[in-house]
Amino acid sequence: MAVEILKEKYRSKVGEVVLGATREQGGTRSHTITVGGETSLPYLHFEGETPNKPVLALEVWDTAPTEWPPFFEKYYGDVWNDPGEWAQKCVDEFGADLIQVRLKGADPDLNDASPEDCVAAVKKVLDAVGVPLIVIGCGKPEKDNTLYAPVAEAAAGENLLLGVAELENYKAVNSACMANNHNIIASSPIDINICKQLNILIIEMSTAMANRIIIDPTVAALGYGAEYSYSIMERARNGALQGDKMLAMPMIGNIGSEVWRTKEAITSTEDEPGWGEQEERGLLWEATTAMAYLQSGIDMLVLRHPEALKIIEKQIDDLMQDNSY
Amino acid sequence: MIIIGERINGMYNDIGKAIKGKDPKPIQAWARKQEEGGADYLDLNVGPASPNKVEAMKWLVEVAQEVSDLPLCLDSTNYDAIEEGLKLCKKPAMINSVPAEMPKMERVFPMAVQYNAEVVGLAMNEEGIPKDADSRIALAAELVATADTFGLSPEMLYIDPLTLPCNVAQDHGPEVMRTLREVKLISDPAPKTVIGLSNISQGTQNRDLINRTFAVMCMANGLDAGIVDANDKELMSAIATARILLNKDIYCDSFVDVFINHNR
Repeated sequence: MAVEILKEKYRSKVGEVVLGATREQGGTRSHTITVGGETSLPYLHFEGETPNKPVLALEVWDTAPTEWPPFFEKYYGDVWNDPGEWAQKCVDEFGADLIQVRLKGADPDLNDASPEDCVAAVKKVLDAVGVPLIVIGCGKPEKDNTLYAPVAEAAAGENLLLGVAELENYKAVNSACMANNHNIIASSPIDINICKQLNILIIEMSTAMANRIIIDPTVAALGYGAEYSYSIMERARNGALQGDKMLAMPMIGNIGSEVWRTKEAITSTEDEPGWGEQEERGLLWEATTAMAYLQSGIDMLVLRHPEALKIIEKQIDDLMQDNSY
Repeated sequence: MIIIGERINGMYNDIGKAIKGKDPKPIQAWARKQEEGGADYLDLNVGPASPNKVEAMKWLVEVAQEVSDLPLCLDSTNYDAIEEGLKLCKKPAMINSVPAEMPKMERVFPMAVQYNAEVVGLAMNEEGIPKDADSRIALAAELVATADTFGLSPEMLYIDPLTLPCNVAQDHGPEVMRTLREVKLISDPAPKTVIGLSNISQGTQNRDLINRTFAVMCMANGLDAGIVDANDKELMSAIATARILLNKDIYCDSFVDVFINHNR
């Protein structure tokens, strides 16, 4: 008698979001990237499909970082005064699927760069590389709200992923995305209820945004509450597969910026010789954090160390191997 | 809870007249309205007065599908009418219903397998509706076992423990609750459960209150689906709330609206 193997049936799927636009589509990207579309829990190829593999972005700032550990200089030191060249190196040399431009220089406590400066930085990156772009502000909402509209307008047609929207501050960035057909990062503080409510509010402003949202559930670094982020993402994905449309969006995590402020990554070898060599320690911390989130179903990872990206690329290739039967 | 909208039923005057006069407007208006109310399925019942039940069912299926993408629940004791209806359904449908009686089960289960349809199985037989939970569960087990011999998975079967109005058969309430819980122990995977909700309040005062209290109680006892008035906003809000409290849906501030709009 044939044995029927029980497989989980999922009622619904994660929506797909397309990033970037080619010339024919009104942009200038060399190709587009599609994320999401999963019909099962992560990499259970025997129960459903993972039609789009997770993608990896590297961070590019509009200003040379001063507080990164010194060994980053050997990778980025020759290019980090020019966001265009920096982006180009990330794509050509380090193999990033896409670039996340962080407009860090706009921070009033740093360079207080003007919206025009920010537009110029984004344009430089658009000119330098053909991959789709993620653009996020400096992290200070009052300043970021002045950047979204000009940046979105200057990059109209490019189908950016723009962020971040938060429950207390989503209208400016959402309006900028709606007006110029960009995608939005909806960020919630490791809170599934706020995650869902924010998606609802964004879609209430325009139903066209329903397939333009990427969830940022807020990722913590390994050792700093990664398990909380992980379980929120797991819960969101289960909700999506059970038919909760307000959670059925692809997810993104800013791994690099979280990891490279933990003491395990920034403490020098001299200060803690027993912890091992700092660069290796830090990049493994980054890669390990990223690996954990891959298991939760994350679709987009933003990394910082090029070697961590290499490790994760390999990991993704392994996870994407067909295990169906 | 899966919401099966009950309103397209020939027992209602407007629907009865529409079927007789082949006027699609009332059918389609109720199809749309129930979808807006939050229905997951549309129940289609040609009613007792219809002279040609097969033709009436075919017509209902066609006109409902013209305006709604919801799956259909074909509600008739005439299995030829159901079979002809199933042939026209664009999505896998639900057959409503079959009692634990031969040869009715022999007619319905192979048909369900053939058309990939779900089946509502009634916990009753030739002797009528049982008084207690144990007899209901025994009939449910008979339905599950017979379905299995015809190759229909328990997951495709919705057991209806059957309720009687609370003003004439008050002692059935706790028995129905126990049936809902224990039906889940019959098999693995377990059958699902469904209830025609408004039966509980026939002939009573304050029907809406009784219906929604009963709905929430049944849900707490594991009910999977209900044949209900999808346009009773208070009922739907109570169901949405019960889903949150049972951890079936993830809370957000707009949880009632999200539940009502979950198919749109």
